[in-house]
Amino acid sequence: MIAALADAATAAIGPARTGALTQIGYLARRSVARTVRQPAMIVPSLAFPLFLLAVNSSGLAAATSLPGFPTDSYLTFALGLTFMQGALFATMGAGQSIAQDIQQGFFNRLQLTPLRGPALIVGQLAGVVVLGAVQALTFLLVGLAFGAELEAGLAGALVMLGLSILVAIGFGSLGLALGLRTGNGEAVQGAFPLMFVLLFLSSMALPRDLIENDWFQTVATWNPVSYLIEGFRSLLITGWDGEALALAFGFAFAILALGLWAATATLRTRTERT
Amino acid sequence: MSANGGASDNGIEVEGLVREFKKGPRAVDGIDLSVAPGEIYGFLGPNGAGKSTTVHMLTTLLPPTAGSARVAGHDVVTDGAAVRGAIGVALQEAALDPFLSAREHMRLQAGMHGLPREQGRRRGDELIERVGLSDAAERRVGGYSGGMKRRLDLALALVHEPRILFLDEPTTGLDVQSRTALWNEVARLSAEEGTTVFLTTQYLEEADVLASRVGIIDIGRIVAEGSPEALKAEIGRPTVEAEPVEESDLERMRAVLSRFGEAGPAARGQVAVRLGEGTAELAEVVRALDAEGIGVQNLEIHAPSLDDVFLAKTGRRLEGAGDDDPADEEAASEREAVPA
Repeated sequence: MIAALADAATAAIGPARTGALTQIGYLARRSVARTVRQPAMIVPSLAFPLFLLAVNSSGLAAATSLPGFPTDSYLTFALGLTFMQGALFATMGAGQSIAQDIQQGFFNRLQLTPLRGPALIVGQLAGVVVLGAVQALTFLLVGLAFGAELEAGLAGALVMLGLSILVAIGFGSLGLALGLRTGNGEAVQGAFPLMFVLLFLSSMALPRDLIENDWFQTVATWNPVSYLIEGFRSLLITGWDGEALALAFGFAFAILALGLWAATATLRTRTERT
Repeated sequence: MSANGGASDNGIEVEGLVREFKKGPRAVDGIDLSVAPGEIYGFLGPNGAGKSTTVHMLTTLLPPTAGSARVAGHDVVTDGAAVRGAIGVALQEAALDPFLSAREHMRLQAGMHGLPREQGRRRGDELIERVGLSDAAERRVGGYSGGMKRRLDLALALVHEPRILFLDEPTTGLDVQSRTALWNEVARLSAEEGTTVFLTTQYLEEADVLASRVGIIDIGRIVAEGSPEALKAEIGRPTVEAEPVEESDLERMRAVLSRFGEAGPAARGQVAVRLGEGTAELAEVVRALDAEGIGVQNLEIHAPSLDDVFLAKTGRRLEGAGDDDPADEEAASEREAVPA
């Protein structure tokens, strides 16, 4: 009865416009629920980077004796990379999630509501934020438990958490663009090796000034991923390094801007609705 | 015709609607139709006929290549948001998130439509109960049966009390029980709430039982339109099929029956004739056969079905037409519907 009255009112004043913030809230809630209910998405994103951390820190420990190596704990050095790897999983997670929505028709369901495009993008990234935060906390706690140093202290840990989430959202929005473009989960997965190339051609294993091969050093210098890793690393090894942090956050924001632009553009192409 | 109807119009008016896909034929090739408020319109045709493409255009998901359509008084191209506000849609895929429960789906759908939280909750619970999913409301949809998914899909389409409901092959793949339950609910919506229903189907029975008017579509064109009764009456005359006791009598039987109408396709060892005058002639048929001394093993009279209408208009049978076509053009055209 009340619903009927409300509907009569709605019919009289026209369909209520749903606020973008309300929509973001509903979509974010769904995105987080989807993420935490898929152990198959969470477990590898934690286990794989930690596995690589274990292998690297034991196998490459000898590198610390190189003249000019910034720390005598390779575990501390390698931990920066672990944070960066988390972002790769964010890319895949966000991309596959939207691709699944398109394949299963859920995307059409949302299209048929008064959905606002930006709300979809922001809402979809909520799951990535949660995943990024869980990853960052886990990596930091495991690293510290095994004797990694954290020169910047508790405040540094918070900054690392913030940078992790920012990087996850940035790469997540790139993944979203890829998922929207292809509408195909397998195609999104196909980008995984590409992300690894980006990671390997960075300062992931050695500080840039200790890379002897010229072309490698040049590529690593041009690769923004180097600066993201070095941002994490600076808080672990050096303490508060303004330049490293400025570069890391600068590139993180630039990637986020690029990702959001790409996601918005692909969403517009994907959305043919009138 | 109420093509100029206001926002309160619950009908659908379509003129010369065309949709072409890249590298493909015209999936929809100039369709005209009109659906009156409160009517159940059955859009009947085989796989690949263009049914889903039409629904996608009428629900604003796909822009038409040419032609125009007004849904609930709003133009689907220039006033998409108003159309979406007035319609509820259950597409072919039963688009659900396997990781969410029925209640979570309801909450999201109500929220996206802008219903206040408390009202959305009440409406959601009411709909979940109406489609018989109360006991499963907290379970994740991934574990639902096909019938349960379809029911939830229908309930979701009704959250914002739409005036027009689009159902794209709502019962394909459902068991008889689920199908009947869905038919009852759709019939109730139309009868009690005055909801206009546009329903696509490849099942003759569904169109016959449920629709007050049927449009038959084949290869992107409407080949016949009218109430099921009128369409069948147009084909008109029933067919009589007879089988002699002795197979050697088959030719004599054929000769006798040919006096009553033209011969039609029949099973082996049988004769089929479309009666010239209708059912009243049946008694004379029996008398004539008796007078010739032909023993009758079996004698059946078939009222014309929508399949006969389809056969008369296209030269093919509808039943099984889609099953012979593994390519499934409709699905292929849907994949192309959105540029990859």
